[in-house]
Amino acid sequence: MSRRVLHDGGAMLRLPPFRYFAPRSLDEALRILSDHGSEAQIVAGGTDLYPKMKRRQIEPRVLVSVRRIPELSRIVWATHGGVTLGAGVTLARVLACEDLAIAYPALARACAVIAHPPIRSMGTIGGNLCIDTRCTYYDQTFFWREALGFCLKKGGAICPVAPGGTRCWAVSSSDGAPVMIALGAVLHLIGPHGERTIAAEEFYRDDGIQYLAKAPEEVLVEVTLPREDGWKSTYWKLRRRGAIDFPVLGVAVAVRMESGRCRDARIVLGAVGSCPKRIREAENILEGNRLEPDVIEGAAHAVSRAIRPLDNADFLHLYRKRMASVFTQRALRELTDPPPR
Amino acid sequence: MDVRLLTLNVNGEQHTLAVPVCKTLLEVLREDLHLTGTKHGCELGECGACTVLVDGEPILSCLALPIELEGREILTIEGLMEGGRPHPLQIAFAEMGAVQCGYCTPGVVLSAKALLDRNPMPTRQEIAEALSGNLCRCTGYIQILDAVERAVAWVRERRLILEEGRS
Repeated sequence: MSRRVLHDGGAMLRLPPFRYFAPRSLDEALRILSDHGSEAQIVAGGTDLYPKMKRRQIEPRVLVSVRRIPELSRIVWATHGGVTLGAGVTLARVLACEDLAIAYPALARACAVIAHPPIRSMGTIGGNLCIDTRCTYYDQTFFWREALGFCLKKGGAICPVAPGGTRCWAVSSSDGAPVMIALGAVLHLIGPHGERTIAAEEFYRDDGIQYLAKAPEEVLVEVTLPREDGWKSTYWKLRRRGAIDFPVLGVAVAVRMESGRCRDARIVLGAVGSCPKRIREAENILEGNRLEPDVIEGAAHAVSRAIRPLDNADFLHLYRKRMASVFTQRALRELTDPPPR
Repeated sequence: MDVRLLTLNVNGEQHTLAVPVCKTLLEVLREDLHLTGTKHGCELGECGACTVLVDGEPILSCLALPIELEGREILTIEGLMEGGRPHPLQIAFAEMGAVQCGYCTPGVVLSAKALLDRNPMPTRQEIAEALSGNLCRCTGYIQILDAVERAVAWVRERRLILEEGRS
């Protein structure tokens, strides 16, 4: 009896069939990607892709694993500061690197709160930066989506979040993305037309479907973080449970002080829209000022005013909007009065 | 269908099998090797029921492809006995009531083993963090944390006794 259940395809969520390639060089990867065109999908840790394939949200015929490409697994410190992380470096490896945590606390904080330990030993930093956008109506099994009617992002003609509109409102749910923008990171891509670099901020598009400024046949090779250079940074994440969950709000803050005043500030919010959102209105309130409580409060309110989360993720969207202000204040206070160690 | 002949090292034994590349490690362990101690829960990477160790690190077998695990040491709950005796974690879980329905237990025990191998004296907070990817719907976690602490104490006592015996 138990054997029958075990072999019944309906009793388990299985991956759809695919062909699998594990190229050992970038050239080979690019060739395979161009040979298979839109049927191919890049995979690294698989922790985001495989659940989506099991739910038939993404159905590639060909998987191209980038695990064996040496360029993707390096961590290289530049002589004069700054570091380049291969896109295939696992989140656990980022966390194990104390120098990274010292130079880029926001990155270490973000990686420490991604999913849970087994996912962090499998998932990669590049994978986290490219994770699919998420939505209550999209991240469901095939059965569920078929019953309700498919959404715009996969197989349907309307968006159940905003049925009157023509766009997809799925939410950028990467913890790494707002942090990389706040830290001023630059991403290196390679594709059939050669290599290019792009600022982390330019890598994301405000569209739940075409959410990356990366062609499917382009490979994210590495991420360069600039020299620490006086920047202090942190990351605050809101979610229902203390582990496992994706962010339903992420606040990455980086500031650089000069003689008691804020010289530069970057405030970037994750999980409040289809792309990470940099809040320049709030940055302007901080820059040139001492980070006194009223200044921090002003910036925090500007953050809350600038965002419009929708009712397609966990928690009430109005609560998430208010928490954006609370978390911005907490993050800024943490950076201005570091707790005694 | 893309099928490959793979040799997997599971619990110290080499197994050579023909595996469709789309079959996850969880499916191969349960359906081809009949090692049903590894459980299938959410199958989507959230619950931790399918946790196994690969080269000592916890991973989710429901999201791992066997083709990527050739040449690596895979440890499932069936391979946890040491010298024919249950692992101290297994004894502690049984004695402390940390097993109720038992479905999450193999994954929890393996996550705990990975922690103890890396850090033999973890704090309760470190234990909770290491087990944060393993959902349990019965115990409320208190007995699980107690059991891991008990196993830590036993392992430490045993080591002290061995060291005394040697000196």
